[in-house]
Amino acid sequence: MNPYYELPQDEAGYSFGFLDEYAKREVRRNILKAICIPGYQTPYASREMPMGRGFGTGGLQLTLSLVGRGDTLKVIDQGADDSVNAVNLRHFLELTCPGVDTTEQTQEATLIQSRHRIPERQLTNAQVLVLQVPYPDPLVVVEPSESRRKIMHGEGDYSRLLTKLYEDIVRFDEITISHRYPTRINGHYVLDPSPIPRFDIPKLNQSSALTLFGAGREKKIYAVPPYTNAEPLVFDDIAFRTEDFTDEQGVRRSCHRCGATDSFLDEFNRDDGVRIYQCSDSDYCNQRIAVHMLSAGEGAL
Amino acid sequence: MKKVLEVKNLGKIYGSGCSRCLESTGPEFGSNVCPHCGSVVAAADISFDLCAGEILGIMGESGSGKSTIVKMLFFDEAPSYGEAIFLDSERQWNLFSLNAAQQRWLRNHRFGIVYQNPHLGLNFNFSAGGNIAERLLMSDSSHYGRIRERARSLLARTEVMAERMDKSPKIFSGGMQQRVQIAKALATRPPVLFLDEVTTGLDLSVQARILDLILEIQQELGTAMIAVTHDLGVIRLLASRTIVMKNGRVIEAGLTDQILEDPQHAYTQQLVASAL
Repeated sequence: MNPYYELPQDEAGYSFGFLDEYAKREVRRNILKAICIPGYQTPYASREMPMGRGFGTGGLQLTLSLVGRGDTLKVIDQGADDSVNAVNLRHFLELTCPGVDTTEQTQEATLIQSRHRIPERQLTNAQVLVLQVPYPDPLVVVEPSESRRKIMHGEGDYSRLLTKLYEDIVRFDEITISHRYPTRINGHYVLDPSPIPRFDIPKLNQSSALTLFGAGREKKIYAVPPYTNAEPLVFDDIAFRTEDFTDEQGVRRSCHRCGATDSFLDEFNRDDGVRIYQCSDSDYCNQRIAVHMLSAGEGAL
Repeated sequence: MKKVLEVKNLGKIYGSGCSRCLESTGPEFGSNVCPHCGSVVAAADISFDLCAGEILGIMGESGSGKSTIVKMLFFDEAPSYGEAIFLDSERQWNLFSLNAAQQRWLRNHRFGIVYQNPHLGLNFNFSAGGNIAERLLMSDSSHYGRIRERARSLLARTEVMAERMDKSPKIFSGGMQQRVQIAKALATRPPVLFLDEVTTGLDLSVQARILDLILEIQQELGTAMIAVTHDLGVIRLLASRTIVMKNGRVIEAGLTDQILEDPQHAYTQQLVASAL
């Protein structure tokens, strides 16, 4: 978006946070319901937003309903603060929510809207994480009828998802779901945790921060309340595995910028054809480098 | 003998139904469509007992209501009236006063069904082993190694080749699909198994092998079965007792030999006489 862009005069009458107060109230009410029934997909009247469905309209409506003056906001897209989706959503929030600070630093944010990642740094109980969701229902891959899916959710019948895992193990000797790993919340509802990698699933379990999921196109809100169990669906005798990033020698790969060996790594080819790995969470990477430079500077003194 | 299933006065009416539905349909009218309200009396006043380890045959022409009975007992359709009691080892279940979750539990843990059309019983998106795994997973087991072992032994028992275990049943022959269905139905060792026209549409030699398999299973596991068919040969081979149905009513019931050798009702006589 053009940094010099200003809302046209006739649109300047929009209320704080773009959505009108009734819309925000409805979303908040559904957020409360979603928190009360952990993992349950609460239907809500998803509003038209001034951007296409699929650009994070669900997450944005949650953020706009929750944000208030004094909040500090961080927007992440695939772990980075500076990719297109994050930059534009942040700019939209700056335009429509005067008095709200934005930050790139995870620990400074009170509200974090994210797409495809949960920050590496552990969140606190003063923070709320909002995730953008394209497909809210994990059962959609095994049952096309929504009314039957609702019955399956109600009865806690997720055997067909497990059959899918069985088929995976038979065919590939391991579970091949890389993201959107079905996760059981508080022992009952299984939710689609949005396209976060398997690596991030353990972060949902007993998390200090409230995690909210908004699906704009599918018109659903669901939540993982703080300090709630979140267990990935697995078999008794086959443990859940996250991406381990070990190379051929069995050594954990490290980020080529900051050297971290505990973060989720993105893999890409440099111009000279060398394959390199880099932290997907850019803020985590930058902060590690800053700390490193600081201590190196102290060492020089 | 110990009873496992007691069906009392069961009936199913499709349509609005009126007070004169029952008295104006049936074999004596040659129709199960009520002339007053147009409702279809698919089954009326059905009562029978099923004992442990017994095979009960339900015989009748198309539209006589025999499959409707199985659908009601397997909770695919809700009955219009009547009741059925399932006597488990520990407790009695009044089938039609249970809630949906309890019905689902019984379906998954205590009943098995084999349909005429393998498409209904099998999920062709999963492998043969996966289909059995699905049934085991529905009944709360979640140990991959044990599920795989059980699927392997069940498929071996029903004579499905081991190398076919991880293939989709889509590419199997009709007889093989039926074997996978039987293996799936038996996965949870159900005390009651419903067979809905299992051999219809298969050629004679495959039919004979499937029927042999069913008899062997009945002797091995002591599973009580309800076999719905219009084929007198199947009834003669499988069932010890038989119910004959026409236009939604039971017109004759008794020992299979008795019914086939000495039919009392005119319709049954006609059926037996017209057998090839």
